[in-house]
Amino acid sequence: MARYGMVIDTLKCVGCQDCVIACEAENSVPEGFCRDWITTEAKGTFPTIQMEIRTERCNHCTDAPCVSACPTGASHYHDIGGVVLVNHDECIGCKACIASCPYDARFVHPEGYVDKCTFCIHRVEKGQDPACVSVCPTYCMTFGDFDDPGSEVNKLLNSRRYHSLLPEAGTKPNIYYLT
Amino acid sequence: MNEITSTRHNHLIDPSLQIWNWEIPVYLFLGGMVAGMMLIAGYFLFKGRENEENCSCFYLPYISFVLLSLGMLALFLDLEHKLYVWRLYTTFEISSAMSWGSWILVLVYPMLIVNILLKPPAAVVEKFPILNKPKEYFFSNPMRIKSFGVLTMFFGAGIGLYTGVLLSSLGARPLWSSSILWMLFLVSGLSGAAAFVHVIAKNVYERELLAKADNAFLIIELFVIALFIVGLKTATEVQASAADLLLTGDYAASFWVFVIGLGIVIPFIIQILAVNHKIKHTPIAPLMVILGGLVLRFVIVSAGQFSHWFRTY
Amino acid sequence: MNSLSRRRFLKISGATISAAAAVTSLSSVVKGAQKIDEKTGKPIKGIQKIPTYCDVCFWKCGAIAYLKDGELWKIEGNPNDPLSNGRLCPRGTGGIGAHYSTDRIKHPLIRKNERGEEKWVEVTWDEALEYIATKMKKIKREYGPESMALFSHGVGGTFLKHTMKAYGTNNMTAPSFAQCRGPREVGFEMTFGEGVGSPERTDIENAKCITFIGSHLGENMHNTQVQELSKAIANNASIIVVDPRFSVVASKAKYYLPIKPGTDIALLLAWMNVIVKEKLYDVDYVEKYGYGFEQFAAEIEDKTPEWAYPITTIEPELIRKSAREMAKNIPASFIHPGRHTTWYGDDTQRSRAIALLNALLGAWGRKGGFYLPNKFSVPKYSDYPKYPKSKKPLVHNPGHKYPYAEGEQLSTGIREATINGIPYPIKGWMVYATNLLQALPNRDETIAAIKNLDLLVVVDIVPSEIAGWADVILPEATYLERYDDLNNAPFKQNFVSLRQPVIDAPHDQKPNWWIAKKLADKLGVGNYFPWNNIEEYLDARLKKAGLSLAELKKKGVVKGEKQPIYFDEGIEPGFFTPSGKIEFYSLQLEEHGFDPIPKFTDHGNPPPGYFRLLFGRAPVHTFSKTQSYKFLKDAMSENEVWMNQTVANKMGLKSGEYVQLKNQDGKKSGRVKVRPTERIRTDCVYMVHGFGQTAKEMKTTYKKGGSDAELVTRYKMDPIMGGTGMNVNYVTIDWEA
Ligand SMILES: Nc1nc2c(c(=O)[nH]1)N[C@H]1C(S)=C(S)[C@@H](COP(=O)(O)OP(=O)(O)OC[C@H]3O[C@@H](n4cnc5c(=O)[nH]c(N)nc54)[C@H](O)[C@@H]3O)O[C@H]1N2
Ligand SMILES: Nc1nc2c(c(=O)[nH]1)N[C@H]1C(S)=C(S)[C@@H](COP(=O)(O)OP(=O)(O)OC[C@H]3O[C@@H](n4cnc5c(=O)[nH]c(N)nc54)[C@H](O)[C@@H]3O)O[C@H]1N2
Ligand code: SF4
Ligand code: SF4
Ligand code: SF4
Ligand code: SF4
Ligand code: SF4
Ligand SMILES: [Mo]
Repeated sequence: MARYGMVIDTLKCVGCQDCVIACEAENSVPEGFCRDWITTEAKGTFPTIQMEIRTERCNHCTDAPCVSACPTGASHYHDIGGVVLVNHDECIGCKACIASCPYDARFVHPEGYVDKCTFCIHRVEKGQDPACVSVCPTYCMTFGDFDDPGSEVNKLLNSRRYHSLLPEAGTKPNIYYLT
Repeated sequence: MNEITSTRHNHLIDPSLQIWNWEIPVYLFLGGMVAGMMLIAGYFLFKGRENEENCSCFYLPYISFVLLSLGMLALFLDLEHKLYVWRLYTTFEISSAMSWGSWILVLVYPMLIVNILLKPPAAVVEKFPILNKPKEYFFSNPMRIKSFGVLTMFFGAGIGLYTGVLLSSLGARPLWSSSILWMLFLVSGLSGAAAFVHVIAKNVYERELLAKADNAFLIIELFVIALFIVGLKTATEVQASAADLLLTGDYAASFWVFVIGLGIVIPFIIQILAVNHKIKHTPIAPLMVILGGLVLRFVIVSAGQFSHWFRTY
Repeated sequence: MNSLSRRRFLKISGATISAAAAVTSLSSVVKGAQKIDEKTGKPIKGIQKIPTYCDVCFWKCGAIAYLKDGELWKIEGNPNDPLSNGRLCPRGTGGIGAHYSTDRIKHPLIRKNERGEEKWVEVTWDEALEYIATKMKKIKREYGPESMALFSHGVGGTFLKHTMKAYGTNNMTAPSFAQCRGPREVGFEMTFGEGVGSPERTDIENAKCITFIGSHLGENMHNTQVQELSKAIANNASIIVVDPRFSVVASKAKYYLPIKPGTDIALLLAWMNVIVKEKLYDVDYVEKYGYGFEQFAAEIEDKTPEWAYPITTIEPELIRKSAREMAKNIPASFIHPGRHTTWYGDDTQRSRAIALLNALLGAWGRKGGFYLPNKFSVPKYSDYPKYPKSKKPLVHNPGHKYPYAEGEQLSTGIREATINGIPYPIKGWMVYATNLLQALPNRDETIAAIKNLDLLVVVDIVPSEIAGWADVILPEATYLERYDDLNNAPFKQNFVSLRQPVIDAPHDQKPNWWIAKKLADKLGVGNYFPWNNIEEYLDARLKKAGLSLAELKKKGVVKGEKQPIYFDEGIEPGFFTPSGKIEFYSLQLEEHGFDPIPKFTDHGNPPPGYFRLLFGRAPVHTFSKTQSYKFLKDAMSENEVWMNQTVANKMGLKSGEYVQLKNQDGKKSGRVKVRPTERIRTDCVYMVHGFGQTAKEMKTTYKKGGSDAELVTRYKMDPIMGGTGMNVNYVTIDWEA
């Protein structure tokens, strides 16, 4: 079994939103919506400031509350890499999954179903990186398989300090941020 | 200073969640009312009041039927992908409160129908004599009615529980991540239903009983709300500030005035006076209770959507 | 100086090109990728990939456009392109928005009412060009051809320049000198004998220490630089950032110096004082290549960190520590020269100081410093007739008032001549791809000049602010819909890349080369365009370089053989200054009566209640041109005015509240949101440039955010090269919003 995820180097990320725009183009995300976004967290008072810039998206949680909340099975774990996907034809748009995601990673697509990051599974299955990863001008994102001990993502986690988002929510997110 | 900025700009998600408008609170409210009514009707059946000509256990199922259908209509209206609603019934997702709920709701309909058939409308029975069969079956043995009463109460409790569990199963919202939200909604449903039945009950005994019961429910509700708030305040920091939304924040006015004041305390006082025959029974107090229950659902649903693990507000 | 630099290129180039010239027949109609298969008449299904190079800014990254079922889908970097390395910046990625912009002009337009009222009549290309040619002929008859001027920014102007020269004028300019890179180029030329150029010749990826004076990489998204910055971060390079605002790159810095705006020269002098006093500089390098070091050392003798402290507000200890940090990493340590350097009017001197500090660090010509770029040699198209010779002087710099404004012309100089008719009247402007209302300081002067014109032609893709004032608007095909000239800019790796159409223009828009050629015909100088279409032109140029258009169409970019780019790789150090050395003491500046060694000048303080207005870039927009692009408009739909949190609290301003800004001359901005933040000093405010547009026809951008340009009513001329220092305006909050 593979467990896909990302390791993102916040020291490199400049918050340029290239990942956001690439995602929108690649996945024809409707205008006014985004599947990924940038969060900037600045702590301190001028001029002593600590700032972390992060690119965020669905964490493809291993214990995904959005999947358990879904009454139709539209939200599900994909066979490959445990990626959390929404089957458009099964989704009734009840939004229970949206309410259950602590990261607010989902939204209602104008066509009625719930949409979010797919880890660009259509690219990954062809051996390509997700669009956001492959566009990033600072090369700060790495996509890979956490179940493969030799993978680049595991190497990065072994070599640096990192954190994930809201681990206390108990969802076991699969995106890690190097600090 | 902790300055957080985000470039996300998703409709209904940012700056705060607004996926559920009036439909869900109305649905939860109606569900709660139905739950309460089923509990009451079931209790009366259990108590052997089926022989009282004007027992509310005979007309409550009609009302429940209508309210439940309205509730389901509200739920349906909330769906973004309405054409796919049948997908709810091609699967049962054991982990999904929503799935449980949709199945419970369809199971409740037969219950209500059977309940109705305990005293089917004369005009209908004339045309379809077969519809007298259930009545004959149940009335031939009081134990059967008693058991059916228990079953009705059981399903009523199921709906009541479910309306609370639905929200608290969505752990991403700190305000909802409370283990007693179900109790709050259940009690509130009971008090609303008791108030309602109290107004419409033709039977004096039932009216008196329900007024007293309602007072008890209101006290319990107040107590549960206190528990709910204290629970949040003593949990994580985000849950504490979620509670503050109700206590002092943007939702404080609706919470204190409509839920606590006009929804519980004042009707309680009025009803106490009425029960002790200091004043006449008035439909005002029960109406206040019912409205309070409605506002409670609105407040909990909106404030819950606003509450968040990341943001500080 | 340019010719000197070119001489060096010749010395080190001689690129051997291993490309076979393929012979292909060229279609006479120039089209993008097709939606309909010409043979079958059916829609084309599936993915088409077409290489080109980006035009969302002037970096010109190699790209590949993707079409899905004949529709433009996305654009990615071309992995073979040395500028993009297969990755575009957010603007490049969002570049498809240029094609899809709902605000595009569809047909040529001629003005109906008064100038600036934005009322138009649609006309045919023939009518529009006839109208322009008639007016231009009249100007030529009455005033001489020199009374036409061209403002043109970017590679797309190549052929219009050619037409204008054929017509008989050489008055042509861009906002990229006097409003942008001018001071830096001159400051570095005065010091090293060569400018920094574009792309900047900074070897960021190999640096161990990089110092940024304002230049806000990460927000300024010049692609290769950002990519290299990330590599430097990965290599644990030390970063030092000097900025009144805690910029993105400041968050990556080991030392952040929150300088008082306008005092950088004092800091630079103090740094040099430390480095010289503590003898931390590259002694060998300075001895070998330096000129006038003793005088320089004597001049900065007393410019101690303690001296600089009250001026800059930077603690002496921080100045010392950061100076030592940069010196510790010699020679892979450099001060970024910046790009938009027209700040306070003494900008050439500040750039000189930056150059000198770089010289102390031995950075010029060194790995991890300033490399020596080389250029893929592609000969110019040579079959043009000679341009007519003009007897009149250029108008931009009368009497050579600004002695070093000679490489590129001063845009504000041409504007001034248009207003006052000195040395002779300017009666017509052709404006190509530059929004002069946002780009030039003091909008009133630009409008005053426009009011003096007999003809204002604007070539644009949308009804922009400048287009709103035009007599004729010519709608251009976007970069995705046209060919342009080749790009063989000098860089680390020599290369040549092609821009080609990837999709048809949606309406009646035409490419610049077509416009230039047709206009030349109408003007009676059609003989200057011996080629029938640009494909012939490009193929002719490429053939001379041993390549062909067919090959470039397929590959998008061809790289030459790697050339040495550092002294250490065998390049003979050469400095094209009068002394032939790095001039710590500038003979040229002295000759013209300027300080031969930079001195600090005070730029004052904002009056009470006012803040100095600063501005810069947001990663997702290019100036005022991208605000209507889909994706990009979502990513940032309006700008905000950054203001220190404490100040905002005191003034009772809330985050997201709309205000107007009012400057020292009473000029007001449009409505703009306040962003209270800890990330800026208390004495200044900051805005992203390009917003607050006032063109009514631009539905998506109209009055979104506030315009810094509107508030830049004052500007300070750089006496050396005529740059317009624009950070000299003060604003206050006006609540009337
Ligand atoms: N995304 C994007 N990138 C771009 C462009 C774009 O339009 N969009 N344009 C490109 C072009 S043509 C140019 S010229 C460059 C411009 O980019 P840069 O050369 O980086 O421009 P600056 O004017 O240095 O950048 C403004 C920064 O300088 C700081 N600053 C202001 N005043 C002072 C001061 O007195 N002292 C110091 N130390 N800092 C100060 C501001 O706070 C701000 O952080 O960007 C290029 N890159
Ligand atoms: N106040 C202030 N002034 C500044 C700056 C600042 O930061 N603040 N920055 C300065 C700097 S560094 C620079 S480089 C200049 C930049 O100044 P400009 O180059 O003038 O930049 P823009 O404002 O983007 O104007 C570009 C114009 O070209 C049009 N255009 C876009 N694509 C095409 C095309 O394919 N064909 C044609 N024909 N037109 C096209 C756009 O619609 C727009 O009207 O501004 C300078 N002026
Ligand atoms: S593209 Fe890369 S650098 Fe830019 S915001 Fe996304 S992750 Fe950060
Ligand atoms: S981030 Fe949200 S949407 Fe994504 S898997 Fe986790 S809970 Fe589900
Ligand atoms: S909105 Fe769709 S995906 Fe989400 S829980 Fe409901 S049915 Fe499942
Ligand atoms: S993985 Fe794909 S879908 Fe997810 S954010 Fe990146 S580009 Fe978008
Ligand atoms: S830096 Fe960005 S906008 Fe400029 S040419 Fe490169 S990709 Fe295009
Ligand atoms: Mo610039």
